[in-house]
Amino acid sequence: MRRGTHARRAAGAALALALTATGCAGTGAGGNGGAVLSSSWADPQNPLEPANTNEVQGGKVLDMIFRGLKRYDPKTGKARDWLARSIETRDSRTFTVRLKDGWNFSNGEKVTARSFVDAWNYGASLRNNQKNAYFFGYIDGYDQVHPASGRQRADTLSGLRVVDDHTFTVRLNQKFSGFPDTLGYAAFAPLPRAFFTDHAAWVRKPVGNGPYTIESYTKGAQMYLKKWDGYPGPDKARNDGVTLLVYTDSNTAYTDLLAGNLDLADDIPAAQLKNVKSDLGDRYLNTPAGIIQTLAFPYYDKAWSRPGAQKVRTGLSMAINRRQITDTIFRGTRTPATDWTSPVLGAAGGYKKGLCGSACDYDPGRARELIEEGGGIPGGRLTVTYNADSGSHRQWVDAVCNSINNALGDDRACVGNPVGTFADFRDQLGGHRMTGPFRAGWQMDYPLIQNFLQPLYYTGASSNDGAWSDEEFDRLVDRANAETDPAGSVALFQRAEKVVRDHMAAIPLWYQNGNAGYSERLTHVALNPFSVPVYNEIRVG
Amino acid sequence: MGRHVLRRLLQMIPVFVGATLLIFLMVNVMGDPVAGLCGERACDPATAAQLRREFGLDQPVWRQYLTYMGKVFTGDFGTAFNGQPVTELMATAFPVTVRLTVVAVLFEVVVGVTLGVVTGLRRGRPVDTAVLLATLVVISVPTFVTGLLLQLLLGIKWQWIRPSVHAGGFDELIVPGLVLASVSLAYVTRLTRTSLVENRRSDHVRTAVAKGLPRRRIVTRHLLRNSLIPVVTFIGTDIGALMGGAIVTERIFNIHGVGYQLYQGILRQNSQTVVGFVTVLVLVFLVANLLVDLLYAVLDPRIRHA
Repeated sequence: MRRGTHARRAAGAALALALTATGCAGTGAGGNGGAVLSSSWADPQNPLEPANTNEVQGGKVLDMIFRGLKRYDPKTGKARDWLARSIETRDSRTFTVRLKDGWNFSNGEKVTARSFVDAWNYGASLRNNQKNAYFFGYIDGYDQVHPASGRQRADTLSGLRVVDDHTFTVRLNQKFSGFPDTLGYAAFAPLPRAFFTDHAAWVRKPVGNGPYTIESYTKGAQMYLKKWDGYPGPDKARNDGVTLLVYTDSNTAYTDLLAGNLDLADDIPAAQLKNVKSDLGDRYLNTPAGIIQTLAFPYYDKAWSRPGAQKVRTGLSMAINRRQITDTIFRGTRTPATDWTSPVLGAAGGYKKGLCGSACDYDPGRARELIEEGGGIPGGRLTVTYNADSGSHRQWVDAVCNSINNALGDDRACVGNPVGTFADFRDQLGGHRMTGPFRAGWQMDYPLIQNFLQPLYYTGASSNDGAWSDEEFDRLVDRANAETDPAGSVALFQRAEKVVRDHMAAIPLWYQNGNAGYSERLTHVALNPFSVPVYNEIRVG
Repeated sequence: MGRHVLRRLLQMIPVFVGATLLIFLMVNVMGDPVAGLCGERACDPATAAQLRREFGLDQPVWRQYLTYMGKVFTGDFGTAFNGQPVTELMATAFPVTVRLTVVAVLFEVVVGVTLGVVTGLRRGRPVDTAVLLATLVVISVPTFVTGLLLQLLLGIKWQWIRPSVHAGGFDELIVPGLVLASVSLAYVTRLTRTSLVENRRSDHVRTAVAKGLPRRRIVTRHLLRNSLIPVVTFIGTDIGALMGGAIVTERIFNIHGVGYQLYQGILRQNSQTVVGFVTVLVLVFLVANLLVDLLYAVLDPRIRHA
């Protein structure tokens, strides 16, 4: 009881603090103080360190407060030099990075080669528990600072070397010609000294080198990002600031948008999609994003890895009426997939429309034949496992099952198997406990065809949850990574993708768009290929 | 009286330990929380192992429980996965939810009891029937329907309120409080009514009437006071239910209170958050029940606590 009263008193004090904090940002919160806009947000899952943020909500903030060596063009997704003056290599293994002059952090500190090298060493080091550490896995010495088991044997990556204030070299442990293009990912952002000297304070209020600075941050409630007037880059903010408001439910955010209390809601719930045109008119965005949904299979289960099973998988793929599902459930916010990458890569980047061929066409008759030839569905019944806590997965899994049942003329051929939470779902996948296909979604980290193939289908890769393994595929990926000519590299990746197709390693379902709605106050609103609003371009009023 | 309170407080200890243990075990059954931390991929084994070590998840459950309880008694409720201490989450969540609960309880007491008295005194009249019907409707419509409907009508159609709560002040919490209270409010009305009707025929009321006391005094002092015992019991237990059960209401109106933290904690399998919040809720529940017991004696002079 005593403790109860103490807690209450402490709570009161904290509340007062919280109120003052919100009071400060209050001008922006309602979306009516100057050219400040309010935007929907969800509480980031991890602390906002660049190498520790692996979901969109934290990524949104990092995208506003950091600029890296490269930046992905918000329209085309092409990686362009940003802080890098040049990134040169002769052998696709040792890269020399030269930095542009004149960049500094918002606290005045200069961005130097050391800002990058220190940040990357921090991100790779096992003791810092950074969840994106494996992004540094290509750099020489990673196995020393981040061994798969046991203690780390070094503090810094031996592959990183500072040459002078504006130059550093990166040596990789294998050839990887696409490496420079991965450097636009948030994990590779530079970090100021303050990050290392007063880490706790930095995490409370991160400081970066992007067009915005964090003015106030009330965890779990809101963040106010102010335009940084001294920002040296060419992509200065066109508004005075952004208030990110945490919403538990995207439906409420949508309601607030309609009521005029919110300027930008960037995740329109599936249930509202049928009204969105009449509610918002042309203030609704539906932009392709680098996200693909697939059904993956448990190859650790003999029933799915036996010879002939690929016929069953191809048959299942042909039993799914993708067009109908994307039109009725997702109202055009997803489009039927015809390869294993994403249209945002563009043809030059490796997207190949129709690569899947007839295997992705809806053809119930052929589907029945193929499944029969392949020996039928293992166990006589298909269970599709998914997590039911987000992303309207239930609707489409049920629809996919309906489609399969109709095609096979059997009401009980396919059933959904919901798992309560994402964590539990991941736990079951990691424990290899699947007996049938399961939901697999992939949101690209960087716009390279490599990112759509290697993490998902390479032997032992981190997102290869079905443990698919194919020597030819692995060999082609290795060759593609080593290939210095970009076009040649893409062609090799596409050959690898055809291996995925011929085995139907995973059934591609659809490409997912990013969508958003905005208020009448805003113009120049767009989503980038990562489905994140391009905040710095938005004009208010 | 003092001894009674002391005994009740001592009884709380086993209830508290048992409840926390149960929650702890239940949260542990949910599986490995670290698996959900790395997005659509497996955490690399080294980082996963280190995270498990850091959160103490590599220990056997009984030891995790002992460590946790040991820390709780020093006021340390652990750390959420986003690096925030759970006490900090509580400090932001509980004040809002307490205010929401206060608003809800006020609605229950003021509106519920008033309606109960009015219908109880006019049994069988049109007013009684109308309120009876209304309570039936409220009880049978789920909270999320009432909530979304009021939000749509008041927030968007007529623009009387903001559809979502931002700062969490009392003024913003009136409609959410009403939604949260609606079902209980209906029960309070019906409880008060029934209890009142019953007590009208009791000896002490008949005596009071026979003494020729003014009607107003009979109703407030003799009738209502005794009739409130079941109502107070209900409201007392309801406080705990309102605080913990506000998940739906808090979600609809975007209130970042206890329900929100619990929901988020469960989704992310953040055992520290869930156990911490539920532990505090258990305490609130126990204290509210104790207060209700003590109130009995005040309401009904025939009840004395030894």
